Formats: sequence, C-alpha cells, structure tokens
Amino acid sequence: MSDEATKPSGTVKFLSGNEACMEGAIAAGCRFFAGYPISPSSEIAEKMSGRLPKLGGKFIQMEDEIASMGAIIGASLAGLKSMTATSGPGFSLMQENIGFAAMAEIPCVVINVMRGGPSTGNPTGPSQSDVQQCRWGTHGDHPAIALSPSTIREVFDTTVACFNFAEMMRTPVVLAMDEITAHMREKIIIPQAAEIAVVNRRKPSLQAGETYYPYEAGEELVPPMMNFGEGARYHVTGLDHDRTGFPSAAAEVQEALHRRLVDKIEKHREKLLLFEHHRTEDAEVLVVAYGSTARSAKRAVEEARAKGIKAGLFRPITLYPIPEKQMEAAAARAKRVVVPEMNLGQYKLEVERILGKGPAITGVNRVNGEPIAPSLILSAILGD
Amino acid sequence: MSMDYFQYLRKEKMPHIWCPGCGHGTIMKSILRALDKLKWNQNDVVVVSGIGCSSRTPGYLDFNTLHTTHGRALAFATGIKVANPKLHVIVVSGDGDAMAIGGNHFIHACRRNIEITLIVFNNNIYGMTGGQASPTTFTGFKGTTAPYGAIEQPFDVCSMAQAAGATFVARALDLDAVAMDRLIIQAMQNKGFSVVDAWSQCTTYFGRPNKWGDASDMMEHYKALTYNVRLSDKMTEEEKAGKYPVGVLHQATRPEFCAEYDKLIERVRPVEK
Repeated sequence: MSDEATKPSGTVKFLSGNEACMEGAIAAGCRFFAGYPISPSSEIAEKMSGRLPKLGGKFIQMEDEIASMGAIIGASLAGLKSMTATSGPGFSLMQENIGFAAMAEIPCVVINVMRGGPSTGNPTGPSQSDVQQCRWGTHGDHPAIALSPSTIREVFDTTVACFNFAEMMRTPVVLAMDEITAHMREKIIIPQAAEIAVVNRRKPSLQAGETYYPYEAGEELVPPMMNFGEGARYHVTGLDHDRTGFPSAAAEVQEALHRRLVDKIEKHREKLLLFEHHRTEDAEVLVVAYGSTARSAKRAVEEARAKGIKAGLFRPITLYPIPEKQMEAAAARAKRVVVPEMNLGQYKLEVERILGKGPAITGVNRVNGEPIAPSLILSAILGD
Repeated sequence: MSMDYFQYLRKEKMPHIWCPGCGHGTIMKSILRALDKLKWNQNDVVVVSGIGCSSRTPGYLDFNTLHTTHGRALAFATGIKVANPKLHVIVVSGDGDAMAIGGNHFIHACRRNIEITLIVFNNNIYGMTGGQASPTTFTGFKGTTAPYGAIEQPFDVCSMAQAAGATFVARALDLDAVAMDRLIIQAMQNKGFSVVDAWSQCTTYFGRPNKWGDASDMMEHYKALTYNVRLSDKMTEEEKAGKYPVGVLHQATRPEFCAEYDKLIERVRPVEK
C-alpha cells in the first residue's frame, strides 16, 4: 500500500474543517464510517466515501441517522474504529443509540456540526446550540465526553483525540464543531503519522482456560475489550447488566454499573481535559469561549489589553468533562466573566455553577445564524 | 440421531422468559438445528436482536450475541457484517420490532442484499409490552390497543421483503418444525439478504383476547389461514383468497453488498509499489 494513502502527508494543505476532520479520523485509525446526508456535515461523509475504500476501510450510507449510529456500534464491536457525522436533527435521532454505546461501552465517535435549531432551524448557519445536548442528549444518567475545536489544525487534533478518548474510556465521544469551523478553510500542516499518538482499545490478558468477563472493569473502571469473532462469545445488551454482560435485576448490580459508567470518566478526567489559557494570569475580566467564538474572543481580549484592561481568555477545548479547576484558576483574579456563545447561554450555566457567586457573569448570545463579532465581546469586556 | 442442543445453549440462562404454549422456543430450536447442520464455528456466528419477546433469544445462545435497541437490530448487524464479512450474522426480531419501528431498516437491508439472515418471530402482537396491536395483527383482531378489533390492514412480511429486494424469502409455521429447519438452512446458505417469516402463536396476548384457544388450537387456526406454496398451482384463486402461502416464496440472484464493496476496494486501492 502506498504511503500516500495510509499516512497524512506531512505537507502543508489548505483544508476546511470537515476535510481536516476526515484526515484526523483516518490518522487515528478510523476504518468504518456510516452516515446520512445532512448540512453542514455532509462533506465529511463525502470525503470518507472516497478515502476509506482506498485503505481497505468501509463506508456505508445508511437509511437514516438512527441506523448510522447503530451501524458504527456494530462495526466497532466487530473490531473497526468507527464514526459517523451529522448535524442537529440527525444528532437528535442518534441519541437513543448513543445511550446504547454508553451503556454497552462500545467505543465510537460522533461528529456533530452544529447548526441552528431546534427542528430544521438554520441548516447552513453556524450555531453552538447543541452543547447541552452533547452532555444530556440521551436519556438516563450517563457519561459524556465532548470536544469543540477552534482552528482547522485543531479539528484534526481533536478528531484524533476523540478516537483516543473513545478507545481509552470505551464510550461514545462527540466532536461538537460549529458550522464556521466546519466550512472555514485554513492552512494546516498535517503531522507525520509517527508524530501522532494513537490509542487502541485495551485487550484482556487471559490465561488459558480463564473466563472472559466482558464488563469486569478492575481498578481502571474501564473493562478491557475483545471484539466479536475473537473467540470470547459474550453477550452485549443495553439492559442493566453485571460483569458477565447479561441482564441483572439486582439492585446492587444496577447501582454499581451506573456509578461506574460515570465514575470512570471522573477517574480519568485529567487525561481528557484539553484547554487553552490566553493571558489569564492577571485577568480581571475573563472571557470563557469555545469553538469559532473563541477566535472572536481572543481578538476582543487583545483589543481590551490595548486599551489597558486586564482581559484574558479561557478556552475549554474539552467541553465535557469540564476543565473545572482550570477554569477556576483562570478566574482567580476575575471580577467579571463574559461567556459569548452562539446559543442562549448553555455553557454559561456551567460557568455559573463552577465560578459561583464570585465574579459577575454575563453572556453574549446570538442565535441568528451570524457569528459573534469581536466588537460585541469587547463591549461586554468593557462593560458597555 | 438427535443433536445435543446444550452445546449451543447457555444453560445457566434457563428457564427462558417465554409463556407456556409460546412458539418462540420452537423457532429457537429450529435455528439451532440449522446451525448444527451448517457446522459453522460458534465463534464466527453473531446473533443480533432488538427488543421484544423474540429479542431475548440471543441471551440463551452460546454465540457472539448482541441485544440492541428497539427496531435497530438490522442496523447494528449491518455494521458488524460490513466490518467483518467473515462473520455469519443472524438477526432475530419480532413483528413489531421488524415491521413497525424497524420497518425502514428492514426494507433497506433487503435493498442492499447484504448477507444477513433475518428470522421474524411473527406472532401478530406486541407480547413483551402486553398485547398491543402490531403491523401484522389481522384486520378485525383484538389487541389491548385495538379493543374493538384492528381497523388497519396488516403487512405481509414476505411480500414486503420480496418487493424491497431480499433474495431469499420464506414463510414457516412453528407447527411444522421439519419444514422450518429446511427453510432456515436455505436462508442461512443464501449469499444475500434472507427473510424467514416464522409464525409463532402468542397464547397469552393474541390467542386469549381473540378466543383462539390454547397453543394447539391456535396452530389449527394458523394452519387454516395458510397453504403450502407448492400446492399453489393446484388451488383455485377462491381457495387461496385471504390465505398466506408457506414455503420458499422468492429466490433471486443479485449482487451482495459486502462482495460488491470488496470489488470496489480492489478497483480503487492504490497498486503496491
């Protein structure tokens, strides 16, 4: 097989976020994609349909997003790193099976290119209004990991991270891009394969004759995983189950399962946290922003600094779990906090919970399909 | 010589959840006899289900088993088969699971002609949830959500499968397990998507409200509602009216999805340098 087909080129490219996402997925080892067309994510499926067969990987266009989510879970269980890509309405349809993947602990990646909602909303306009859906979209208490990139290179890196986190934690991971990040083109230097850390699922180390308990999680709280067809012949269900994988109605088994699914993320939380501090050391006005909005925020911070105001930006790249301590540290000297986002204050709820009653917290919110310009954020920083 | 069922069963999961008189156990045993005849390695067999009484089947079987969400078994199964075409993938589903909530996946699996065998445990009712009318409840028959009798027309599982592109379509009755074995073996051997509409009596939720008696009475009713497709030519249209044919109803040869994908890979993969 040629190097060109298997490895990122290491050369400079001019890519959209959706294209960089495809490159990141391939670099992370994704070899199965199932999806359904939807703006503004469709380019990811289109690019995957071209690239995967060249690598011996599999692309399938399913009949809807429900089936797409089911298919990537099945493919992951059969041993291939798998992903799908969608946008708001499709993300809503995927929620039941995202819950299945969380419950049955099947690694997989869901790209959600956020557009305006609810319902059909604004199919081609940017939005960040699925943030809480990334956390609480499926029913029941459940773990959640969601990342949100700001630059094209970061789309590549966070897509790789999504696969790594999914394999490490055995849980579905969401990449929440906004439409600006997905469609904007930027220069990107794709790293050489050798420079990219790729994590694969941990396999059990069984002695001869030893029974495989598919949900025996051990101290790491994440069970090692055998794929279907590798000889273990185990059972997978979305019902509450014990370490054997079979349903259990025992109260103590159910309690332990649900707590472990959430606790495993907490236990490994620090490994999952990606974030950026920009001039936060002495910041008296802190901006907390993510995705493309953080780019406007960075500009606003620079303009505020030029006016002599000690402004800073804390940018969570991992939205969930939330980099709480890091956000607190960034806000240590802050008298005011500004949270710009292309929704009506979804992440601001989290910021308020974490920073409490200390600083005054204001949102800068836009839900009209327009990006949040630096001037709007600057006004909020200045307290206009 | 009778086969040893226990080599394919997870004995510790018995007793099963099915009611006395239910036909699901008969279908499960027929699936096991078919697999025994085919001599597939148990490690290479995957049994996938959705939600419902039928969908508890995989838990009792010693293969790679996956109990998915309601109606979605074929979607999960498609992912498994495409990811690893060497695996033999069997989907067990109910009439509600396959034809209502999973109807879209059903027609598209037929259309793709992917090498998966679907066995629909068709008992004309939602059993697990307490006897609600299903897409195969006969018009005029009662369910807990059709207390005055269903006013809708039922789906014919086999006509649907054939129209959507499945390449092996059969109907089997649990009262004729020998024929069911033969049909399931043929389905599993087909290089494409296969559907077996396997009729099963739900004594608790279909027989009782419709005054169809016990399991053996119900079998008589189903027998009266069907005819052997091999006798079709000798029967008049009047004799066949309102009845369902049983046996192999459709066979065709069409390109299979995984084989076509392999050809695509061969076509576009860069040549070794």
